[in-house]
Amino acid sequence: MDFVSILSIFVLACFVGYYVVWSVTPALHTPLMAVTNAISSVIIVGALIAAASSGTPAAKWLGLAGIALASINIFGGFAVTARMLTMFRKKDKPAGKGETR
Amino acid sequence: MSEHAVNPWVAIAYLVAGIFFILALRGLSHPTASRRGNRFGMAGMLIAVVTTLVTHVIASLPEMLIAIALGAVIGLTTARKIAMTAMPQLVAAFHSLVGLAAVLVATAAFLDPGGFGIVDAAGNILAVSRVELMLGAAIGAITFSGSVIAFAKLNGNMSGAPILLPGRHVINLGTIVAILGITAFYAAVPQAAAGEGWMFWTALALAFAVGFLLIIPIGGADMPVVVSMLNSYSGWAAAAMGFTLHNTAMIITGALVGASGAILSYIMCRAMNRSFISVIAGGFGAESGSGAEGERIDRPWKRGSAEDAAWIMKEAQQVIIIPGYGMAVAQAQHVLREMGDLLKAQGVTVKYAIHPVAGRMPGHMNVLLAEANVPYDDVFELEDINGEFAQTDVAFIIGANDVVNPAAKTDRSSPIYGMPVFDVEKAKAIFFIKRSMSGVGYAGVDNEVFYMDQTMMLLADAKKMVEDVVKALQH
Repeated sequence: MDFVSILSIFVLACFVGYYVVWSVTPALHTPLMAVTNAISSVIIVGALIAAASSGTPAAKWLGLAGIALASINIFGGFAVTARMLTMFRKKDKPAGKGETR
Repeated sequence: MSEHAVNPWVAIAYLVAGIFFILALRGLSHPTASRRGNRFGMAGMLIAVVTTLVTHVIASLPEMLIAIALGAVIGLTTARKIAMTAMPQLVAAFHSLVGLAAVLVATAAFLDPGGFGIVDAAGNILAVSRVELMLGAAIGAITFSGSVIAFAKLNGNMSGAPILLPGRHVINLGTIVAILGITAFYAAVPQAAAGEGWMFWTALALAFAVGFLLIIPIGGADMPVVVSMLNSYSGWAAAAMGFTLHNTAMIITGALVGASGAILSYIMCRAMNRSFISVIAGGFGAESGSGAEGERIDRPWKRGSAEDAAWIMKEAQQVIIIPGYGMAVAQAQHVLREMGDLLKAQGVTVKYAIHPVAGRMPGHMNVLLAEANVPYDDVFELEDINGEFAQTDVAFIIGANDVVNPAAKTDRSSPIYGMPVFDVEKAKAIFFIKRSMSGVGYAGVDNEVFYMDQTMMLLADAKKMVEDVVKALQH
């Protein structure tokens, strides 16, 4: 792919992001931050390539460290988002009182 | 050794991953769709990782799996154990990891450009890739060191007060210009073999310094903006690396996250009526409210008790509860919900009103109330509920201050002038939970509401006070 087609994808994705994020309800802004954090760890793709390459040992170890860091984010980010979203589940109307005390 | 996009299916797989990430964010438009959205996000990540693994010759699979497992254990344990009140710190910590990962990937690509397919026939790193690498590394480094400082401030390892260096604007701007200059120079040099050249390391070191310098002058109350901004940066860092790797999943994700953080920063700034530049310039709250200091002493105010609050709220038609950061600090959300339930059982309409900048990150209060099982239908945003205060019997303020300060509407000299605030002064009665009369809000301004006829100050720890109200309601 040449630079211009990549740039086109990037610019269009910025617009998609703009409209999608404005439609997020403010009540879910904290889960939004947690999930964006998880998905930005897609940078793990770069770390995997670095670790897979048999080029230089230094690059391999940097890649492995990158994999570990990004994995913390991926697992931690999605798990904590899921945990928060479970709390936003519709509460059972009458039973929701007092039993969790 | 892989050329970019040899197989169209690979490119399509990354594109699908990117689309799944869009759907993950789209799901957050409503709580009921949100969990499915989160699963889309996980699926997208799985597709991206598996695609990368199957399309590369892998020399070190066991090590990679160990690295993933290690990350998974740390990530999952943290996610399960973390208290909801500590979410802002956790998010800051996660941002720092994304930033550092971006730095590591950029450095690896710099040392081993062949593995990333970004070298020309003569073995030099492509000029456009040099720019992308440097920007990715620099943004990653700023995200990392900035997030570490934000974490330390949010977690209390470091004072939330702004630290002001003389000439900091000149230093910061100068350093950023230097990074860009070095990047341009690096792109222009004829020789750029793998791992060679002082430019990469210098720019990286400067970027780490900038992240640190940018965040130390920013006070605790502006942290929602900082956390959002760093969120945005972590996205741009991922996008820059996506350009290097010609990877659509990374580019789409980077753009989404970048846009998301930028919009959240904008929403936060608007909710404080401050420009993004003034927040980033920092120092808010350091210069304390000038004129108000003297006149604050010796104004009459009324002290209420838990019994007063219980008795008056029991007789009310409608009670609006306004939580702020103080509720999070005191962990009072559970007992607050209990109080709300008891009032509802008496036939009182109970609503929760949330200001966009309440707490230390966007949506912080909503998560805490959700944790305490408050139905989200009872929780309202500023603009949706502000018209109701005139028909409200009791405004119950717990741990908030600046967001109910009428000075934002009336006093042009006030540092918070112009910030949208709750019209609590229109309510028939106001209960204001506060530790003591000495402290004022983060903006350092006095609050007229303390001294109004219909206000009763409930001076105590927020959790203790609400517990006492609950006890009084049960009698």
